[in-house]
Amino acid sequence: MSTPLKTAFIPTIPIKARFSRWFGRNLLRIYMIFGFTYLFIPVAYTFVFSFNDSGKSNLIWKGFTLDNWQNPCGAPQICNALGNSIKIGLLATIFSTILGTLIAFAIGRYHFRGRSSSNLLIFLPMATPEIVLGASLLSLFLVFKINPGFWPTVIAHVVFCISFVVVTVKARIASLDPRLEQAAMDLYANEVETFRRVTLPLVAPGIAGAALLAFSLSFDDFIITNFNSGTLITFPKFVYVAAARGIPAQANVIGSGMFFLALALVIAVQIVNRKKIR
Amino acid sequence: MRASLPKIKTPYLLLFPGFAFLFIFFILPIINLAQTSTQTPIAGGDTGQNEQTFAFSNYINAFIENREQFGRSFVYATLATIFALAIAYPLAYAIAFKSGKFKNILLVLVVAPFFTSFLLRTIAWKQILGEEGFVVPTLRNLNLMGQSTTITSTSVAVVAGMTYNFLPFMTLPLYASLERIDPRTIEASGDLYANAITTFRRVTLPLSLPGVVAGTLLTFIPAAGDYVNAAILGSPNTKMIGNVIESRYFKIVDYPTAAALSFTLMAAILILVTLYIRRAGTEELV
Repeated sequence: MSTPLKTAFIPTIPIKARFSRWFGRNLLRIYMIFGFTYLFIPVAYTFVFSFNDSGKSNLIWKGFTLDNWQNPCGAPQICNALGNSIKIGLLATIFSTILGTLIAFAIGRYHFRGRSSSNLLIFLPMATPEIVLGASLLSLFLVFKINPGFWPTVIAHVVFCISFVVVTVKARIASLDPRLEQAAMDLYANEVETFRRVTLPLVAPGIAGAALLAFSLSFDDFIITNFNSGTLITFPKFVYVAAARGIPAQANVIGSGMFFLALALVIAVQIVNRKKIR
Repeated sequence: MRASLPKIKTPYLLLFPGFAFLFIFFILPIINLAQTSTQTPIAGGDTGQNEQTFAFSNYINAFIENREQFGRSFVYATLATIFALAIAYPLAYAIAFKSGKFKNILLVLVVAPFFTSFLLRTIAWKQILGEEGFVVPTLRNLNLMGQSTTITSTSVAVVAGMTYNFLPFMTLPLYASLERIDPRTIEASGDLYANAITTFRRVTLPLSLPGVVAGTLLTFIPAAGDYVNAAILGSPNTKMIGNVIESRYFKIVDYPTAAALSFTLMAAILILVTLYIRRAGTEELV
């Protein structure tokens, strides 16, 4: 929209300002390329070494093979670990998204006594280092003679995911235009209808984003899981334990596979959304 | 308006399930941790059996014994936070203002490395920068690095690993606050004859301060308690307080000392965070 205007102005801008504009425009783009390269070097490394014909220890390049991709469960326990991580991730996502969304609506929508202490209670788990969260929960489970394992891990993940869900959904609620709900009310929608037909659809992308964040935090968590999972193996735990004696290339297959799966999913959602807008 | 319940109750009803959960599984464990931290082992009991003796000396002993690791944790975490801010700010700025229609995709790319497990990525760094990777031999051949110098197993590697791993936690809040800036405020600053540097210093930076505060906290807090980077990329000389707590729990089974250390770490972080937020003057953090 504003492009023709800008080009029309450029000749009148002094050279120094033009240079700083060019600088601002292109230096940052070049920087962005470097930044993303940095972020993706280890991802690329993981991907490349998933094709390594490595045998047990995946340290040195020994030749190209597709075996690891054809047989991702080839390393003992690895798919069991992956299955556990996915199950725990899904359960933790469901519980933390429901509990967190309710809290976000209470804090984002109402003024009530104790609102600022509620904010503090939400902030505290984020301000607590994972190792303290994990260790304190383990102590509690031990006091009540609950053995660490699947459900204690799910509970531990819900604890640290809730705050992130609340913050994400609350931000979305805060960005809503209150006039949209007023308009619904003016059109004789009652509170429930307004919530169901106007508020909820508008907040939904925030909730979806929060759920995605919760899943990725849970799926990738190692520290809290290590404290509360006992003998149960999750994917990060598998990698950590295997690191001592060499990680099988199948771990690289699963890491890269999850990466591409997540990327494909997000891009698919983007395309669907774009079509909806049209 | 049709509400089956008096309006004032609604927020409390919404809060109840989540807060009940957090009370049982967050507040209670912390209280329990505080109790454990002043216990002492039962004389003649098995390992891990303790009794409450209100031994506050646990704190003093634990701190004196591990002050080095404490100091290291805070120094490493501070350095990682500063580096992450320096790398992430221009990146977030570029995504917010210079990426046009690719904005959403670039934003996804910032988070995307998460899905390759962070452990795999940390181990990848270890191998890239290790003796058998291509970086170290190349630098040695070019005489840019001493023959016996290494990158891995040093504090440099640990700080670099933490900087890398927490970068998305820094970038996202920075992006969120930069994106909210009305570009007209920046144009207005230019119209009033401010050059690019002045505009940045007087307009963009102050407006993005909430993002800076949120990002530094989201990086510093997990970094201070982290032990994975130190375990994978470091050596016994780079042990952080997280490594000590972990080994006290699992290898030495000394719960009181582990609890005292955890509590000290948490208290230290909370004090630092409170001071920092006061100073930065943003109450609208969460």
